[in-house]
Amino acid sequence: MSTANITEAPEIRTRRIPWSEMAPFIALAIILVLGATLNSNFLSSNNLLNVITRSSFIAIIAVGATFIIASGGLDLSVGSMMAFVTGIMILSMNALVPVLGNWAILGGAGVALVVGALCGLFNGLIITVGRIEPFIVTLGTMGIFRAFIIFLSDGGSLPIDRSLRAAYRPVYFGDFMGVPYPVLMTLVVIVFGAFLLYRTKFGRRVTASGSNEDVARFSGVHVGRIRTTTYVIQGVCVGIAAICYVPRLGAATPTTGQLWELQVITAVVIGGTLLRGGKARIWGSVAGALILEVIANVMVLSDLVSEYLVAAVQGAIIIIAMLAHRFTNAR
Amino acid sequence: MIKITTRVRTFMSAATVATVSLVGAAAHAQDAEFTIAVSIPAATHGWTGGVVYHAQRAEKEIEAAFPNIDVIVTTASSATAQVSALEDLSATRDLDALVILPFTSDELTGPVEQVKSNGTFITVVDRGLADPTIHDLYVAGDNIAVGANTAAWLVDKLGGKGEIVVLRGIPTVIDDERIKGFSDVIAESDIKILDVQYANWNQDEAFTLMQDYLARFPNIDAVWANDDDMLLGVLEAIDQAERKDIRFALGGNGMKQVIEMVMAGDERTPISTPYPPSMIASAIYMTASQFAGQAPMRGSFKLAAPLITPENADQFYFADSPF
Repeated sequence: MSTANITEAPEIRTRRIPWSEMAPFIALAIILVLGATLNSNFLSSNNLLNVITRSSFIAIIAVGATFIIASGGLDLSVGSMMAFVTGIMILSMNALVPVLGNWAILGGAGVALVVGALCGLFNGLIITVGRIEPFIVTLGTMGIFRAFIIFLSDGGSLPIDRSLRAAYRPVYFGDFMGVPYPVLMTLVVIVFGAFLLYRTKFGRRVTASGSNEDVARFSGVHVGRIRTTTYVIQGVCVGIAAICYVPRLGAATPTTGQLWELQVITAVVIGGTLLRGGKARIWGSVAGALILEVIANVMVLSDLVSEYLVAAVQGAIIIIAMLAHRFTNAR
Repeated sequence: MIKITTRVRTFMSAATVATVSLVGAAAHAQDAEFTIAVSIPAATHGWTGGVVYHAQRAEKEIEAAFPNIDVIVTTASSATAQVSALEDLSATRDLDALVILPFTSDELTGPVEQVKSNGTFITVVDRGLADPTIHDLYVAGDNIAVGANTAAWLVDKLGGKGEIVVLRGIPTVIDDERIKGFSDVIAESDIKILDVQYANWNQDEAFTLMQDYLARFPNIDAVWANDDDMLLGVLEAIDQAERKDIRFALGGNGMKQVIEMVMAGDERTPISTPYPPSMIASAIYMTASQFAGQAPMRGSFKLAAPLITPENADQFYFADSPF
């Protein structure tokens, strides 16, 4: 009997869920149509590939942020962490070049993942062991990581070794059967993240910790450990994003990753993940990241708005997208 | 005769007084008689990074050259933080001079006036205060000329016609002046500015914006990014698109990497225009000359913005500067 009930319940839900789950994709589709009508160049494969490729950083970081936010946390430090990780990565690659040659890129990539994971672990442990609000902790580390990159670069820029430039460039600009590498990398991260979140015990515990901490604890979930792990996942995602980011401009500067934390959180929330936790939509987060990037692209391609008002229109579109989301949810 | 002796005596005593006071001055000199405070924005992007570097360098050079001068460099991350730093400096020390690169003109005017009321010599750098009677010395680059000289060069090289795109920085007076200087000169030619958008003096945003420009306009003869940091992002986007129509991609500010390109005779970026962060060092030196030597310095000094070409590039190149 009980099994029958359980199988019945999701069926009723699946009939309602698609609308709320589809909302970010519908919003994305509307913006795409809008872009196509405003400028014929919008749909050119070059332009679309550019936009998708450049949204990969925010998308990859947003996958990690989905875990954190779903478990009831928040991370404001991702933008600064990204800059710090790229800085350390570039320094270690440059140091490894004389010994390893082009293999220094792999060495640097390994360093990026480890440093990212450690930064995440640092955030996570202070939050869970120190029992301090994630907002405050990550606001603190946001300043710390930002200061570190400014210190490492003396306020200027930190370029990668010239001999690595040519070998590393294809990681951002190259493609595999027409699909740019950063996009492939993003897909791998999404699929892996979705598997972890929707198909494993860990994933269920993440959302359980976010929807009701006490209930989760009483049912034997080690909430602190789960939350700390989500911060480590976020750190690794930042590391992966850094690996795709460095070959693009070949340098880390004090403005690298500036305000990305807000874009990431916006992408996650547009995507349907609740800011208060308990609900995770990985594909939605990715759609959110794409929406942000496409809006900016459409603004430049169309001549509709004065350059002074671009940010206002972007803000308005985000709010409208969220309102549409709310109404489809209410149905 | 008697009169003469008295005169000699008076002369002698006057000389003694003079010698004593000279010795006094020398004794004072060892524990730094004059304090020059330098207040600048923190290194949050390339150009301010350069300002911090040149200020710290000037501090060391001046303290080594003139032991009686103590230079204190403080950085601030916002206009509010800079006001607090000024309050702290004037409360804890007796300042002989203040060299300040104000974050914003209006917000810093009152606090600097407050410092001046204690008899401090005021040197303002780059951004002027709202009340120009406050400063004793004003040192700045010429933002209008940065735009105008680049535009004049471009008009000449493009033969007075063509289609160009422009990337501008953060909405500020500096940005407005550069854009005005540039567009005024361009307006007199047949060159068409296809579009102008903000990229916030940020390499990443400049890369993205340039990609969008390239997607939108099938033909672009030249690009002007009003800062060399942004130019680096622009060049990366052009290279990726493999577009051959862009004959010139120009920046401004005299960033190290771009001056290296000018030195190497790059065809797409053969020039830059200086808006050098080293102007803070020029200002500190001018201020120090008030106290170290007999070289009074008052007035306004506008550093010119001549084109940086392969011939003079080495004068604008500082190998160990971060910018």
